[in-house]
Amino acid sequence: MDKNINIKVRVWRQKGPKVKGNFETYELKDISQGSSFLEMMDILNEQLINEGKDPVVFDHDCREGICGMCSLYINGFPHGPDEDVTTCQLHMRKFNDGDTITVEPWRSAGFPIIRDLMVDRTAFDKIIQAGGYVSVNTGGVPDGNAIPIPKYAADEAMDAAACIGCGACVATCKNGSAMLFVSAKVSQLALLPQGKAERAKRAKAMVAKMDELGFGNCTNTGACEQECPKNISISHIARLNREFLKAKFKD
Amino acid sequence: MSWLINSSIGRKLIMSISGLFLVLFLMFHSLMNFVVIISADAYNAIAAALGANWYALIGTGILALGFIIHIIYASVLTLQNQKARGSNKYAVAKSQKTVTWASKNMFILGTIIFGFLVLHLINFWSKMQLVELMHGHNYAAAGFHDPTDGAYFIRELFTQPLYSIIYIVWLVAIWFHLTHGFWSAMQTLGWNNRIWLPRLKTLSYVVATIICLLFISVPVYYLLGFGA
Repeated sequence: MDKNINIKVRVWRQKGPKVKGNFETYELKDISQGSSFLEMMDILNEQLINEGKDPVVFDHDCREGICGMCSLYINGFPHGPDEDVTTCQLHMRKFNDGDTITVEPWRSAGFPIIRDLMVDRTAFDKIIQAGGYVSVNTGGVPDGNAIPIPKYAADEAMDAAACIGCGACVATCKNGSAMLFVSAKVSQLALLPQGKAERAKRAKAMVAKMDELGFGNCTNTGACEQECPKNISISHIARLNREFLKAKFKD
Repeated sequence: MSWLINSSIGRKLIMSISGLFLVLFLMFHSLMNFVVIISADAYNAIAAALGANWYALIGTGILALGFIIHIIYASVLTLQNQKARGSNKYAVAKSQKTVTWASKNMFILGTIIFGFLVLHLINFWSKMQLVELMHGHNYAAAGFHDPTDGAYFIRELFTQPLYSIIYIVWLVAIWFHLTHGFWSAMQTLGWNNRIWLPRLKTLSYVVATIICLLFISVPVYYLLGFGA
């Protein structure tokens, strides 16, 4: 049964990108275990505002696990200790009365901190802009059966397309590598007929942009796939390697 | 071909290919070592064939190049990765249960392996191929033991229990390195999907275990007193 719990939240506070940050601990009383983690953060901010203090800045938007805006490194795990959920889908029933919960921003050279728990993830947008799209004119919507797509390819592409670009993979990777994200974005298009025309160009451009933005080199630890809220598999990374190497050897 | 050096996947390809080349070498080396248990003469025949001949020297050169490339790239990649990780560390960071220890410590394992490799070269190479190179057939006049008598050097070293244990520790480090390295190299080459990923991971353990058991059999053989 859900009950009300008293907790301490140890939050990373940082005034700006260049300022040195530090942890502040806040006490919260009577938090319902039925509330979501972000609702708890809202209650914390309400409390801080009432005390005349600055509220904690954190990213959030849809609060239903599909937009990829929420982040937070909670008790040593991106998106918290629960499996396959984003922070906004995490509930307070995962925590116990008297717990001290440590909340940190994503920490990676590719994602500089803007303020408190908010980080700059525009690097991902830049990688997408480098080639994560189909630019051929595909005309009107054809009949569903006009372009046959094997079930395997459709499923695999859909699984890759589940990536919401939250950046948990980069946040948890010991190398700060964005390979899981880039591989999902390359896979979802490379597997489908509409995306095949530009597959070589896309793989080269997106990997080049990823390297340019300072993300690390993948060493296949598999931590990313464990922490991914959408269960993206590292087999997509193998596909990205394949796409990239094939494109380069063809040149 | 500048992409090999300038792109992350290119650099990983170099690690992958040089690593697989070294795995092939380890396979040969471990099989060759195992022969010494069966017959010292047969082992010496192989050692003699791989003395200071032109083909053995070319082979040694290529092998050394393989090691150097693998080590240099490991260092470059590790430095780049540390930079990408950034200077801000997590106050609380937990590891995932499915992430193997070896996969997160490949550079540390590699450093340990390299340290022992230097010792290994002093123990054997400097007394065998190097002596042959420097002194040819006049090794006796220069005060050295017959450089083609590999079995003698093995016996001399491994009848000292300390060296046997040091070598076993080294081989365990190699085992850990290979369990991650083998499938990781395949993953970098792009040879993986949902079916082959678990297969290759298993194969990785099989290859690492076979190589290391063959290697370890020699010091264990002497440690247990069979070769004295």
